[in-house]
Amino acid sequence: MKGYVHSLQSMGTVDGPGVRAVLFTEGCPLRCAYCHNPDTWEMKEENLVSAEEIAEKIIRLYPYIKNGGVTFSGGEPCMQSEFLYEVAVLLKDKNLHIALDTSGCILDESTKKLLTVTDMVLLDIKMTSEEDYKKYIGGSFGKTIKFLAYLEKEGIETWIRHVVVPGINDTEEDIKKLRKLISDYTCITKKELLPFRTLCLEKYENMGIDFPLKGTPQTDKEKLNKLQKIIQ
Amino acid sequence: MENFTKEWNGFIEGKWCKEINVRDFIQKNYHPYIGDESFLKEPTEKTKRLYGALEEKLREEKEKGGVIGIDTGTVSSLMNYPAAYLKKEDELIVGLQTGAPLVRSVNPFGGIRMARSACRAYGYELSEKIEREFLYKTTHNDGVFRVYTDSMRAMRHTGILTGLPDAYGRGRIIGDYRRIALYGIDALIEEKQKDKRELGRKRMTEENIRLSEELFKQIDFLGKLKDMAGLYGIDISRPANNAREAVQWLYFGYLAANKEQNGAAMSLGRTGTFIDIYIERDMRNGILDEKGAQELIDQFVMKLRMIRQLRTPEYNELFGGDPMWITEAVGGMGKDGRTLVTKTAFRFLHTLYNLGSAPEPNLTVLWSEKLPEDFKRYCAKVSIETDSIQYENDDIMRPAYGDDYAIACCVSAMRIGKQMQFFGARCNLPKVLLLALNGGKEEKYGMEIGPQMEAVDEGVLDYEAVRKRLDYYLSWLAGEYVDTMNVIHFMHDKYAYEKTQLALHDTDVDRVMAFGMAGISVITDSLSAIKYAKVRPVFDERGIICDFITEGDFPTYGNDDERADEIAKELLDRFITELRKNPTYKNATHTLSVLTITSNVVYGQKTGSTPDGRKAGEPFAPGANPMHNREKNGALASLNSVAKLKYDSCRDGISNTFSIVPDALGKNDEERKNNLVSILDGYFVQNAHHINVNVLDRQKLVDAMENPDLYPNLTIRVSGYAVNFHKLSKQQQKEVISRTFHERV
Repeated sequence: MKGYVHSLQSMGTVDGPGVRAVLFTEGCPLRCAYCHNPDTWEMKEENLVSAEEIAEKIIRLYPYIKNGGVTFSGGEPCMQSEFLYEVAVLLKDKNLHIALDTSGCILDESTKKLLTVTDMVLLDIKMTSEEDYKKYIGGSFGKTIKFLAYLEKEGIETWIRHVVVPGINDTEEDIKKLRKLISDYTCITKKELLPFRTLCLEKYENMGIDFPLKGTPQTDKEKLNKLQKIIQ
Repeated sequence: MENFTKEWNGFIEGKWCKEINVRDFIQKNYHPYIGDESFLKEPTEKTKRLYGALEEKLREEKEKGGVIGIDTGTVSSLMNYPAAYLKKEDELIVGLQTGAPLVRSVNPFGGIRMARSACRAYGYELSEKIEREFLYKTTHNDGVFRVYTDSMRAMRHTGILTGLPDAYGRGRIIGDYRRIALYGIDALIEEKQKDKRELGRKRMTEENIRLSEELFKQIDFLGKLKDMAGLYGIDISRPANNAREAVQWLYFGYLAANKEQNGAAMSLGRTGTFIDIYIERDMRNGILDEKGAQELIDQFVMKLRMIRQLRTPEYNELFGGDPMWITEAVGGMGKDGRTLVTKTAFRFLHTLYNLGSAPEPNLTVLWSEKLPEDFKRYCAKVSIETDSIQYENDDIMRPAYGDDYAIACCVSAMRIGKQMQFFGARCNLPKVLLLALNGGKEEKYGMEIGPQMEAVDEGVLDYEAVRKRLDYYLSWLAGEYVDTMNVIHFMHDKYAYEKTQLALHDTDVDRVMAFGMAGISVITDSLSAIKYAKVRPVFDERGIICDFITEGDFPTYGNDDERADEIAKELLDRFITELRKNPTYKNATHTLSVLTITSNVVYGQKTGSTPDGRKAGEPFAPGANPMHNREKNGALASLNSVAKLKYDSCRDGISNTFSIVPDALGKNDEERKNNLVSILDGYFVQNAHHINVNVLDRQKLVDAMENPDLYPNLTIRVSGYAVNFHKLSKQQQKEVISRTFHERV
C-alpha cells in the first residue's frame, strides 16, 4: 500500500526516547494557529510512497536507532493509520520501538489497529477547553480526551506534549488546568512543554499563506522552565 | 640484549626482553580499565603555575600575529640549541625545540626558498650564515625540481596536484618513541649496529648500499639524541626507571624528531597504554598517586602543545590553523578481546578539562563496538563539551594493522615502528573531470595537460561517453601522480632522510605510498547530474567550458541514495585500481585517502564551475563530506552515504566532519551523551572509517568570527584535525560556517 509522505528525517532526538527516525506524513484535518509544519497539511499525489520503500529506508538506519526507534509524525499520522500499520508490520522483526506523534483527533478502527503495534504515543493536547480548541485548532477537544482515555484503557505508554504559545495558553492557570486534566491517567509517564517558535514563518511566506500568529513572540525559555515545574 | 633487571623490575617478562618488541611488553603488562571517569583528578598547583606561564606565552604569540619569534641564525637539529625551559622549577618534563618557548626554528633541508619566505612572511630575514651554508647544499626541494617533468610542473601549477611534500618535510612518519623508554638508547644503537653488520654480509646491491648508509645515519642520530638529553642533564642511555622517566624518555625522542624534521604531520603514536604500565608500577611501589599521574600527563601534554614549525602563508592555506598533527591514538581493542583502554586513556582526554580545550595533541579515539560503555560515554561527553576529539574505527583497522598501530596525521593507520608512509597530498578530481570534458585543456589557464582530444560538444552530455573520457583521464592521472610521488620520495630519502624517526623503526620497514583525492562529493554529484538530469556545457571564447546549464533533479551524495552513492564508491574503487597499475618507489603499497585538511577551499578556488551547480571558485566540501546543504534527509542518512565508501579502497582513510547543534542531539546532557554513543556505534558498525564530531551552534562561530577575543580557546574539528577557530583565515572560517549543521527537525 502507498501513503502520502512528506519526508523521512533520518535523525530525531526530541520526538520520543533515544535516536529515532521520524516519518512525517502528509494530511491534517486540523489547522492549529501555531502550526510549524504547514507544508504537511495537504496530501500531494506526487508524494505517494509505498510502505515497503519507507520500511526499507528506516531499516537502513537500524544500526543507529536500534536503541531508540521510529516516530510517526505529520501532519496527522492517524489520517493514514492503515499505511503506517503496514510500515510497522514490515519493521516488526527488527523489534524497533514505535512512537506515534498525534493530536488524538482520529480514533477509528484503523487507528486502533495501528495502536496495537505502537509502543508509545506522544499526545499533543493543545488546548484545555472546547472553546479554545475550536478557536485556535479548528477541531474537537473532546476527541483528544477520548483518545487519551483509550490509551489509558489499552495501557499504552504516553508522553504529553504541549506547545506553550504566548498570549494563548501560557499562564500558570492554563498549565494548572492542563495538569488537573491529565492527572488521573496512569499511562502518562512524561509531560513535556514545548516552546512556540517562529522558525516556521519562512515556510508560510514561501507557501504564500498568512501566518495567523504573526507578531506573537517566541516562548521565553525561563518562563517555560517555570511552567514545566508546575506540570511535573 | 642486556637484561635490565633494575629498570624492568616488577614487569612480567616475555619476548620483549630478548628483542625490541613493545607490543609484547604492553600485552604482558597492561591492565584494561572498564570503569568510569570518577577517579580523575584536578590539575596540581605546579601544573596550574606552569600552565599560567604557557598561557602568557600563547597570548604573546597571538599578539605577534601567530609567531612569537624565529631563530633565524640556527639550522634546526638535535644539538643546535642549548637546554631551555618554560618555568624550570615547575617542569616535570623538560625539553624545548629551540632556545626559548614557542620560538620557531628554521629547517631549510626541505627547501631553502620555503624557509626564506616563511621568515619573511613574519617580518624576519634568514641569516646570512644559513644562506651561505645552504648555498652549496642540495635540499630536498632542489632535488625534486631537478627531475620534475613539464607535465608534473603543469599539474602542480594548475592545482591538479596540490600540497605535494616537495618543499617541506613529508612527515607522517611515527617513530616508536616508546622504545627509548623501554630499552634506553644504548640498546637501540646496539640493535641497529647488529642489523648493519648483518647487512654487510649480503651483496652490496644499490638497495643494500643505500640501506647501509641509512643505518649509519640512524645510529649517528641515536647518539645525538642521547647527547641532546645530556644537555638537560639527563642520561637516557639506559631504560626509564619510573613513569616520569618513561614520559621524559619518549618525549625526548619526539622532541628530537621535531628538531630534525618539519614534517607535515608529526604524530606521537599510541603512548597511553604504555605509559599506564609505568604509572601502575609506580603506584604499586607507593611512589605515585592519582594526582601525580594526572600531573605527569598534563605536563606532557603541555609540552606537546608547545611544538611549533615555521610555515609559509601558502602552506597555511592548505593546512590551516598552524596544525602539527601530534596525533595520539586512544583506546581501541586488543586482538585477544581485551580493551586497550586504561586509566591513562581517560587521563589524556581529561587534559582537555585540566588545561582547557585545544587542538593538540590530536586526540583520536579508536572506536570499537566493544569498547567499555563507560569509556564510550566519557568520550561522548568530551566531544560534546570540547569539540576536540575525533573517532576512527578500530574494528576495521585492527584486522589490517594489528593492535599496535597508530594514526599518522589525521586518518592514516600504520603499525608502530614497523610501517612508514610516503605522503602524497592529493589530486583534484573535479578538475580532472573538467580536463576530460575539455579534451586536455585545463579550464583556468587554458594549458594543455595530458592526452589531447576534441572537447565534448554543446549538446546534452551523455553519461556513458563522459565516463569513458573520465576513465581515460583517470588512468593517465594515476600514472603521472605515481611518478610524481616517486620523484618526491626518492629525493626526500636522498636529501632529507628522517634519521631519528627511522632509527625508531625496525630496519626492515614496510612502506605505503599514500595518494589522496579531493572533491569526491563534487565529482559524484556532477556525474549524477549528467546521468539523471540534463547537463549542457557552456563554452567561452577560448573554446573551453566555463559553465554548465543543468535542468532537472538529480540525486546527490549524502542522502543514503544508492544512485548517487554508488558513483562515489565506484570512483574510489576505480582510482585505486588505476594507481596500483603503476610501480612505486621502494615497492611501497599504494593506498588512497579521501581527506582534504582545509585545502578544500583552495581546491575550490582553483576549479571552474562543475555540472553539479557549484560555481567556479566555490569551495568543495571537505574530505568525504557530502556537499553542504545538499543533505535533505538528515544526519543519519548523510552518515550512511559516507559509510558506503569502502575502506579497502581507501586504506589511507576516509574523513568525515560532522557538525550538529546541541539541541538536535538531545534535550539534556545525559541524553546527548547516550545519543552520540548510539550514532557513533551505528556509523562504525557499518564499517565507516572516521568522524570528526562538532557539537555547536553556527551562531557561536559567526560570533567568534566577529569577536575573536571572546573565544580565544574555541576549538573545532575541521578535517582529520582540530584547530583554534581564530587561527583559520577568514575564508576558511566562512567555509566552516557554511557547512551543514544538522539541526533539530
